[in-house]
Amino acid sequence: MDKRIEIRIAGFGGQGVILMGIILGKAWALFEGKEAAMTQSFGPEARGGACSAQVVLEEGKVLYPYTTQADILVAMSQEAYNVYASSLKPEGTLLIEEELVKLEKALPALRTFAIPATRLAEEAGRRMVTNIVMLGFLTATTGIVSKDAMKQAVESSVPKGTEALNLKAFEMGYTYGLERYVAN
Amino acid sequence: MAELLYQHAEPEAVLSGTHFMDGNHAACEGAIAAGCRFAAGYPITPSTEIVERFAERAPHVGAMFIQMEDEIASSICLQGAVWGGLKAMTVTSGPGFSLMMEHTGYAAMTETPCVFVDVQRAGPSTGLPTLPAQGDMLQCRFGSHGDYEAIALCPSSVQECFDFMIEAFNLAEAYRVPVFFMMDECVGHMTEKLVIPDAREISVLGRRFTKKPPEEFLPYAPGEDLVPEMVKAGDGYRFHVTGLTHDERGYPSTTLATQRQLVVRLIEKIQRNAPKIWKWEERNLQGAEVAVISYGISARVALKAIELAKQDGIQAGLFRLITVWPFPGQRIQELATRVRAIVVPELNLRGQVANEVERAVQGRCPVVPVGHPGGGVHDPQDIFHAIKEALS
Repeated sequence: MDKRIEIRIAGFGGQGVILMGIILGKAWALFEGKEAAMTQSFGPEARGGACSAQVVLEEGKVLYPYTTQADILVAMSQEAYNVYASSLKPEGTLLIEEELVKLEKALPALRTFAIPATRLAEEAGRRMVTNIVMLGFLTATTGIVSKDAMKQAVESSVPKGTEALNLKAFEMGYTYGLERYVAN
Repeated sequence: MAELLYQHAEPEAVLSGTHFMDGNHAACEGAIAAGCRFAAGYPITPSTEIVERFAERAPHVGAMFIQMEDEIASSICLQGAVWGGLKAMTVTSGPGFSLMMEHTGYAAMTETPCVFVDVQRAGPSTGLPTLPAQGDMLQCRFGSHGDYEAIALCPSSVQECFDFMIEAFNLAEAYRVPVFFMMDECVGHMTEKLVIPDAREISVLGRRFTKKPPEEFLPYAPGEDLVPEMVKAGDGYRFHVTGLTHDERGYPSTTLATQRQLVVRLIEKIQRNAPKIWKWEERNLQGAEVAVISYGISARVALKAIELAKQDGIQAGLFRLITVWPFPGQRIQELATRVRAIVVPELNLRGQVANEVERAVQGRCPVVPVGHPGGGVHDPQDIFHAIKEALS
């Protein structure tokens, strides 16, 4: 099998977790021209319940569309971290919304990247774009998908009229990632 | 006999291009590309996105969507649209599908070409609205009273939700039956790449309207392939649509001879044409010791188990049912002579399809069902263990 990357994005309903999965999968499948499958799990409530998106990225067709042990976990809430941290591969990468997630010391040392995404989104103009800040951050820190492909995916997935705000949020997350983790 | 008239899809209704879309949206686009211009439904999780999108797209493609008062009304309303000349579907999930059973039988009896979409969730009753199952597979086959044959297709990817939805509409027109498009919550809500081809590359089967003059037309006189020709309301033909046993004129008749002639034909028009209807996919079956037979999302989970088996030195292959009804029993019987065992994972506990496999295999090799209550997919390990066990 070709290279396969499994990503789990988890948080609570209303944070835009599923849209994050869609944008990431779309960047890979449409703008990088490869194959992706995104599955989701959520409860019956529209907001507030635990919610997660699983994205599988492959060079060729994705036969098995589920994540077993994630290469990357994006935790947007404490519950998401508590539930899914153990399903990360030992050499996996953890991304957290640092003001919403407190790390347990007992866990093995993972590659961890932290960002105050909600606060940055508020600075960008609306808390609603927290998810896009996080995607910018993911792009900078993990380098799995090109920045160009991600920006195209963001632009083509967000509601009309909000593209500028979302791209600004993306850039803020991206720059934060570069400055805090990549530049040094 | 009316010829089968294939046409291209309407270019202005087809969203040609590459998309990243979920199975429900893709199924809706497939229906629109297939020429579906009427949908009636009572939206229900996890199928809602199909009608949501249809309602939004309808004004742009000259179609109509009606949100009915319930599923019973939806499932008969669409048949009125068909007799008015349109292609039509209704969309539901388990609890709604149960309510529709009266009218699936009506569609079979009146030979009304139409599509019932069931995005399966775990039951019984309202069960688990947001979680998958494959527990309606016998319901679509036997749900209505009396004898009839159904066609049921199971897509297992987003691309297939589009492609096979077109096939579903074409089969409905070709054989004048209700076709059951049996998705599951996973396939419905999974998002993948979807390539929608150019409208000129999509073949859509037109209705089998009669060319006979009104005085010679008999609405239920079958052609060579046992399928009668159709007319539509307002074209000047005399016709009568009834759920009562009817003769070739469409008039109710209470004789055994009429009942036998009609019901035997309803069954034979599918059974005799089954080899033309069947669709399946075979993967790594050459030289395989074990065949895993599955469908829908379970077939994709099975691939993971097949990989685990390979790592363990067991050659296993996949036989993926695309047409579940009519059941390709002949092919499975052949397969049973070439492998040492057959394993059938599906998201129900009573072996709804596994039993049919067993019936086809007739003891030629062991058949091991791998049940699941629904509410998730199999752990690939469970299927792998069944593969190992089947060999011991």
